[in-house]
Amino acid sequence: MTRLFAFIPLAFFAAMAVYFAMGLQEDPGEIPSQLIDQPLPDFELAPIQGTEFGFTDDDLQGEVILLNYFGSWCPPCLQEHPMLMQIARSGVVPIYGVDWKDEPGAGAAWLQRYGNPYVRVGDDASGRLAIDFGLTGAPETFLIDREGRVRYRHVGIITEDVWNETLRPMVEALQRS
Amino acid sequence: MIAELGHFLLILAFCVALLQAVLTLVGLNTRDAAVFAFARAGAIAQFVLVGSAFACLVWLFARSDFSTLVVAENSHSDKPFIYKLTGVWGNHEGSMMLWVLILTAYTGVLAWAAKGIAPRLITLTFAIQSAITAAFTAFLLFTSNPFARLWPAPENGNDLNPLLQDPGLASHPPMLYAGYVGFSITFAFAVAALIEGRADARWARIVRPWALAAWTFLTIGIALGASWAYYELGWGGWWAWDPVENASLMPWLAGTAFIHSLRVMEKRDTLKAWTILLALLAFSLSLIGTFLVRSGVITSVHAFAVDPARGVFILGILVVLIGGALTLFGLRANCLKPTGVFAGVSRESSLLINNVVLAVACALVFFGTFYPLFITTVSDETLTIGAPFYNSTFNPLVGVLLILVPVSGMLAWKRGKLKPVLAKLLPALLAMVAAGVIALLLADHNRVTGALGAALAVWIGVGVLVDLKSRIKLFELDLSASLARARNLPLGIWGMIVSHLGLAVLVFAITGVSAWKTETRAFLQPGQEISIAGYDLALAGVSRVDRDNFVAEEGVFVVSRGQDDRGEIRAERRYYPVRSMSTTESGIQTTAWRDLYVTIGEPVATRGWPVHVYIYPLAVWLWIGSAIVALGGMLSIADRGRRSLVTRKPVEQGAPAE
Repeated sequence: MTRLFAFIPLAFFAAMAVYFAMGLQEDPGEIPSQLIDQPLPDFELAPIQGTEFGFTDDDLQGEVILLNYFGSWCPPCLQEHPMLMQIARSGVVPIYGVDWKDEPGAGAAWLQRYGNPYVRVGDDASGRLAIDFGLTGAPETFLIDREGRVRYRHVGIITEDVWNETLRPMVEALQRS
Repeated sequence: MIAELGHFLLILAFCVALLQAVLTLVGLNTRDAAVFAFARAGAIAQFVLVGSAFACLVWLFARSDFSTLVVAENSHSDKPFIYKLTGVWGNHEGSMMLWVLILTAYTGVLAWAAKGIAPRLITLTFAIQSAITAAFTAFLLFTSNPFARLWPAPENGNDLNPLLQDPGLASHPPMLYAGYVGFSITFAFAVAALIEGRADARWARIVRPWALAAWTFLTIGIALGASWAYYELGWGGWWAWDPVENASLMPWLAGTAFIHSLRVMEKRDTLKAWTILLALLAFSLSLIGTFLVRSGVITSVHAFAVDPARGVFILGILVVLIGGALTLFGLRANCLKPTGVFAGVSRESSLLINNVVLAVACALVFFGTFYPLFITTVSDETLTIGAPFYNSTFNPLVGVLLILVPVSGMLAWKRGKLKPVLAKLLPALLAMVAAGVIALLLADHNRVTGALGAALAVWIGVGVLVDLKSRIKLFELDLSASLARARNLPLGIWGMIVSHLGLAVLVFAITGVSAWKTETRAFLQPGQEISIAGYDLALAGVSRVDRDNFVAEEGVFVVSRGQDDRGEIRAERRYYPVRSMSTTESGIQTTAWRDLYVTIGEPVATRGWPVHVYIYPLAVWLWIGSAIVALGGMLSIADRGRRSLVTRKPVEQGAPAE
């Protein structure tokens, strides 16, 4: 009996290793969004504590925009942040931010500290809207066309390459159409 | 040229490490003297080779050789020289290089310092250590080559993240790694003991200083990380239970349990399998911490896919090292028969309680770190586990453990008596009640938590002093006789006393910083004031400051309390043009009682500058307390018990010690 006890740590580790191996098989970048080419869900996001305006799905109509999920707790978001600032300064496309599962006030403090690339920021503290978007984590960015349909979803950090080679051409194509 | 030289040296190091691991394991039973002779020489060769390769990388950074990929991506010619050097480990490749350097440095020191250890045990230990080195140099060479060239070379680099240009952050990874990697030595010793099917008090004595060294470095590393967060993140957060912090806490908890159970094994020749398991766990958790958590898998599922090749490689290494060691443990744990017996009340049983509680605490942190990730991937739900979870599980559990600290130190080995110990601790009990009542009366918020924390801190502190007093018979003998006893106390005992005193200071500081903190915020124009807890801060003015690689807006605050002038605080908001990134530099005024912590934000045209002021009572004691805890670790490393290894006969098997 005691012999078997000695294998408990191994069994535990094996389970973990299998789980991580499965995680490696998945390429989260490829998860399709059920929202692609679908109209946005109806929503109304309150402003985050420390700012004045939130936004609703109606605010996103009539213009090509990026919707970016972020959180002050999320290191990759910080990594992505300078790129968002650069996009915001370039004026190519407005970015709307959704502060995901953040403590009250933490999102605003984060934006105050590093700069705010967003036209408006909505609060999704409970993560309710994230479920409608089928979010897998932060950061995640949705490209939304003039009719308010989700046209593309980028999972993970928007790097310089992603912006120049994928997002920017799509944004410009949608703006021309 | 230098890059190619570094690359070549790294390849050589890999070959030596691989050869040593394979040859030792194959040749061990041939009893060929060459196998044993190779062990030491090989260990030193690995260190020299990796050390030289690392020096090449440092050279490339120092000379800003942008034809090397990592340098181009992570450095910039305008950066202050010192941060060019610390930039070596501010990126994935370089930090892996540092990791391997520290690994081989430990092996090298072991080769130099280890004397009087059974040849088979030490040779096996070197072999395991070499296998680890081979695995990680292979990881460097095949997936993260720091010497990769970039052609054409860019004119200038991409800078280092300005957030990383900080002395605290520059010193934090080396310390933390020295802690993580230090547990590789105890891991190697544990695997060697399992292969041999034998571990005894002598093994514990050999391993102890290494465990203590790793634990001390890890303690310092965690404290540096916490202080970096406190000074740099702009709101005084020093511990947020985020996965990166948890990753360093888990091996620390396992390591703390390990150094205590080693003591039991050394003194009583029991708890063997458990101690070996802790040795395996401490290093396994270090590996999981470094590679799964720091790589970002835990905070976000995305980072894993950034480079799947690296993920697969690392997972492979973990499976072989940890899986292999745990399989061996499963097969051999039963060979480790204890000879000592446990009595109900004794030092060893109190240390066993310590171990169980620390293990449960470690499991809680593990659960809190991995469960959200697990849930997110198996269902559509997402959840976060944060401070509330730990406050209601981890804190009370560890609180109860801390109550035992002074009691445990005073119980005798084998058969202790609880009553006389508790009688001796009466002064500590009285001081504890007094401290609790005073805290309850003085505090204006979080009174109960604050009172409990203060009482606990005083109980530990006074209790440990009572222990010291009774050990040196202070006030019972002449002062000179007491001092002589103090001098003759083993350094290990001094280490314990000092560490536990540091713990008391730390508990007090944590109570102050978390229970008694206050904050306020307002928009200020120059000339306006903000008040907090009796202090008035007037914004005297905001001016622009130009520095080498950033421009800053600096707010000067004049602090006063009633009529007293309490000096000035300067808080900055910096802008780094190269990365177009802005950061805040908090202005902090530290006294023994409190930190006055001020941040200033981006101005709003009509309303002025947003100013946030915090008071963190006792904050400076967080760092002093951690330093005292680490000092205790250092004292214990220097214990004579270790030096006597060389001269004394092997410890009698299972003899009742003391």
